[in-house]
Amino acid sequence: MTTHHDTAWAPETEPAAPAPITPADVADAARLVSFGLQAKLLPARDAEYAELVRRHREDPPFARLADAIATGMGLVVLEVSPRAGMAVAAAEDSVFAVRMGDYSRRAASESTDRFLHGLAHLAVAAMAFPRPEDLADDGYLGRITVNGVDFFVRQACRRLEEQADAEGANTDPQSDAPGLEAAWRVWARRTATGATKDARRLSGSTIGIVAKAVMFLVDSGFLQKVSDDAGGTYRTTARYQLQVRDLAGSAAMAELLDLGVVPVSDGTASLLPPDTSDELVADAGLPFHSL
Amino acid sequence: MTAIADPPTEPGLRPPAGAAARPAPGPAADEGLARRLKALACTAPLHDLDSRKVNLAGEYGGYAMAEVGLAAIDLVTLHMDFDTGADRDIVLARLLPRVAAQAAGRPGAEHERVARWVLESLINVGSVDRGFRAVYGTFAADGEYVRRDYDFKLIEEVPGPDGGVYLRTTDEAVNVLVGALDTDVTSAQIAAEVKLEVLIRRGRLADAQLAAEQARYRTVQYAETLRRALDATRRNVRAVDWMRAIPDLIDEALDHIADRYRHENAILTNIRKARDEAEDPEHKRRAAELVDIVKDCIRRHTQLQTRLLEAGPLFRAEQDRQAFATPGARSGIDLYGQLLAPVLRLPIEQAVRPTGAFFARGAGLRTPSSVRVADLVELLLTPPVEREHLGAELPDPDLVATPDDSRFSEAQLESALELLDLPADAPRRLSGLLADARKQDPELPYLVALLAVHAASPPVGTAYRQGEERLLFAVDDGTPLGDPEFGGADLIVGSALLDAVGMAADRKDAG
Repeated sequence: MTTHHDTAWAPETEPAAPAPITPADVADAARLVSFGLQAKLLPARDAEYAELVRRHREDPPFARLADAIATGMGLVVLEVSPRAGMAVAAAEDSVFAVRMGDYSRRAASESTDRFLHGLAHLAVAAMAFPRPEDLADDGYLGRITVNGVDFFVRQACRRLEEQADAEGANTDPQSDAPGLEAAWRVWARRTATGATKDARRLSGSTIGIVAKAVMFLVDSGFLQKVSDDAGGTYRTTARYQLQVRDLAGSAAMAELLDLGVVPVSDGTASLLPPDTSDELVADAGLPFHSL
Repeated sequence: MTAIADPPTEPGLRPPAGAAARPAPGPAADEGLARRLKALACTAPLHDLDSRKVNLAGEYGGYAMAEVGLAAIDLVTLHMDFDTGADRDIVLARLLPRVAAQAAGRPGAEHERVARWVLESLINVGSVDRGFRAVYGTFAADGEYVRRDYDFKLIEEVPGPDGGVYLRTTDEAVNVLVGALDTDVTSAQIAAEVKLEVLIRRGRLADAQLAAEQARYRTVQYAETLRRALDATRRNVRAVDWMRAIPDLIDEALDHIADRYRHENAILTNIRKARDEAEDPEHKRRAAELVDIVKDCIRRHTQLQTRLLEAGPLFRAEQDRQAFATPGARSGIDLYGQLLAPVLRLPIEQAVRPTGAFFARGAGLRTPSSVRVADLVELLLTPPVEREHLGAELPDPDLVATPDDSRFSEAQLESALELLDLPADAPRRLSGLLADARKQDPELPYLVALLAVHAASPPVGTAYRQGEERLLFAVDDGTPLGDPEFGGADLIVGSALLDAVGMAADRKDAG
């Protein structure tokens, strides 16, 4: 990556005064956006892409032009850098946005499946960036496994179940109000995996749902496969970190706030302990909360 | 099987006698009723097997399906391992003799079909959750009658390390099977073991086998509890209470293993004697079966112990990774604490909103494909791509040669080992060894001290498995070490001769 950057750094015929925008500039800017749409492509792998990224960083009028083209097409520019390329995300209602109904046919009709698929994506991110620092640190590479994500959620569910038991609460949902069932129960009662006739993953099982999410994220250029261990081991890319940090996390947080769930003291959704009633594990020397 | 016929004796499932006698519909009595209803519901899938068999195409009236079902739960419980569940094929194979015995005249393919049908029914393969649901009613706090759904599984499918699907019995199933398992595992096991010893002494082997099997169920249950705790540790250090809960659990389990191991070896010796001296072939057979069961118990204990010893280092490694890195300049969202955990607590109809928002903004974008008619023709005429048998191409890993940063050279290791090659009848003090080492090489004492400290906890298990003949050990007798470079105890270092032949015979026997 640096080599490209360094060679590209050599002084070229940069105009000293702002030159008028030519059709060639627009074509270049649009070309950069089109590179950005190829999520798996990195500037390090393509000299032309690297050159356009460099120009975006050094030529403000060109940068404004490229950003304007992206915005006009219904894209949000997250970052333009040699490590992530032109990281763009789909704005709401843009033609590039993915809808849950297209993602999974079952999720279109079943609200529990819609929840499970969404939660799988959230859990993959939570597992990839377990601590706030990991999400903030640009150099951090997360690692996840498909089975690990499912176990991770199940563990969280189990703790909630134990908590409810300890409080003596009856978490069995009322038969005539299935929508009031606690969310953790939905994941916990779905089978983790299942034997199928053709030895493929059972698509409705939680591991099948996580695997689908992970495959989708690979196609989005957010994860890269490392090995087949534990149902598939993957590592994160810079784009995924940007997407989760700048868009997805805050979008979900806003919904939660709207539901009146997250206690916010100063109006910003910045770092908060999970819950003020949580006990810090005493003397463990760890900044960790028990759930 | 007899174990299952016992009525459930779990004290928690029954309301106190006084409360049951009074008709007052207090919340406690109501709760007790709900619990019993749930316990009852767990047996429903078994009864269902017999009532549903008429719907099967063919003559299946001769099979006692509930019996096969209970046997299947039994088999899965017994074959559940610490790491994985039970192998489906093994369970089916072991189930077949019972099925075949029920209808000896029928073809083998039918027996297989019955075994498979029972197992799949207990998993409830048709449902999306692969579980069961029962409805029961309770009175809410305001006196209103509400119907609630109780979801449970009997046999669940779990992923194995090899990517396969394995079977595990759930707590509910184990409760249906033996009952009384919600009680304190340790004390229940001690009671069972004592009973077993008495029974063997009296020669009542049929009862002894029952007791031994019960003891084994409890062992499995114990291992299962521990497996969950260790799993949690591996994934998420902060989700586990490493100050109190886990160390206590590990200590308790280690004590338990030490205790059980001694006990079971004693029982093993006893039954072996009974097996060899018995004249009645039935007695002989039962004693032989008992030997197998107790051996299996010992094997499970050993497995459990290995896991327990790995727990501490695992925690420290995770702590290093997670707690001692330089903190970042910016702060991010705590995805787990601020999003995942609160979302899981929400009712499902609300929880879909944040997860939906996360999906919409976090799944990435897709470029919609539009097709030209010219391309469409070509697309439609292209033959389908054959599925690759070899899978995707493996990326070439970037390998970096690790620098050789070993502190000691091979030659140093050799001379240290030579120093420590002590005769079995003449152990030496560490201080003397260090002095000898210092004469050869100023670095050598460090290596000798390191090896001696490691010998304080000698790898007995490894030596046993590999059939080694001698083993370096070190003992602290309280003498302090007077050395300019090292502090601590002046260990007595010596070699222990191991009975390699005896161990080999033992291993063969245990295997």
